[in-house]
Amino acid sequence: MTADTVGIVIVSHSPKVAEGAADMVRAMVGDGVRVACCGGNPAGGLGTDAARILAAIEEVWSPQGVAVLVDLGGAEMNAEMAIEMLDEGRGAQVRVCNAPIVEGAVVAATEASAGSSLDAVCAAAEELCQ
Amino acid sequence: MTAASATVLITHPTGLHARPAVKLTKLAKTFEAAIRLRPDGQEGWIDAKSIVKVMGLKLRSGSRLELAAEGVDAPDAVAQLRALVERNFDENV
Repeated sequence: MTADTVGIVIVSHSPKVAEGAADMVRAMVGDGVRVACCGGNPAGGLGTDAARILAAIEEVWSPQGVAVLVDLGGAEMNAEMAIEMLDEGRGAQVRVCNAPIVEGAVVAATEASAGSSLDAVCAAAEELCQ
Repeated sequence: MTAASATVLITHPTGLHARPAVKLTKLAKTFEAAIRLRPDGQEGWIDAKSIVKVMGLKLRSGSRLELAAEGVDAPDAVAQLRALVERNFDENV
């Protein structure tokens, strides 16, 4: 695992979905990629939380950037909020991918593990929607 | 420009499914050569370094896959990719 690959963050309303998607990434792509996930609201229910997303981004932070995969509407809003909360203008190196969460995470991680740029990682995941 | 090509039989019982597709793409990306794939007998080639396109091939066990590479390390790329397919992607099957 190296800091020079793009990090992957998976954000779902459900912790089980987020953890399951992260498990799939680790099983298929291996340890050569940095992946973090979060799901659920602070009360333990379904939902997303900007602070948790921020912590997940910090966990896999890389100077190469971080690609974020989200599920439904609120996840994207909170992910964008977390990106704005990043200090030192690092938000410019974090992108929410427009891709399905599970497939997108596997594809983005595969691309990231090859040492590709954040642009290439997001483009690969977004190719799923074309 | 060096070119190399090969045709390989998919023997993995599940075919070129998700995990093997990831392995093949990751290996392809380690080479400088441009690498193309196509199911034997079909017209269109796809980029072996595109995980979405490789998964999209949906090749079943028993089908043949054509590999073609162009670039300085093309012969090595084709040899290693072919070997990966022949080893059933290093999965215990």
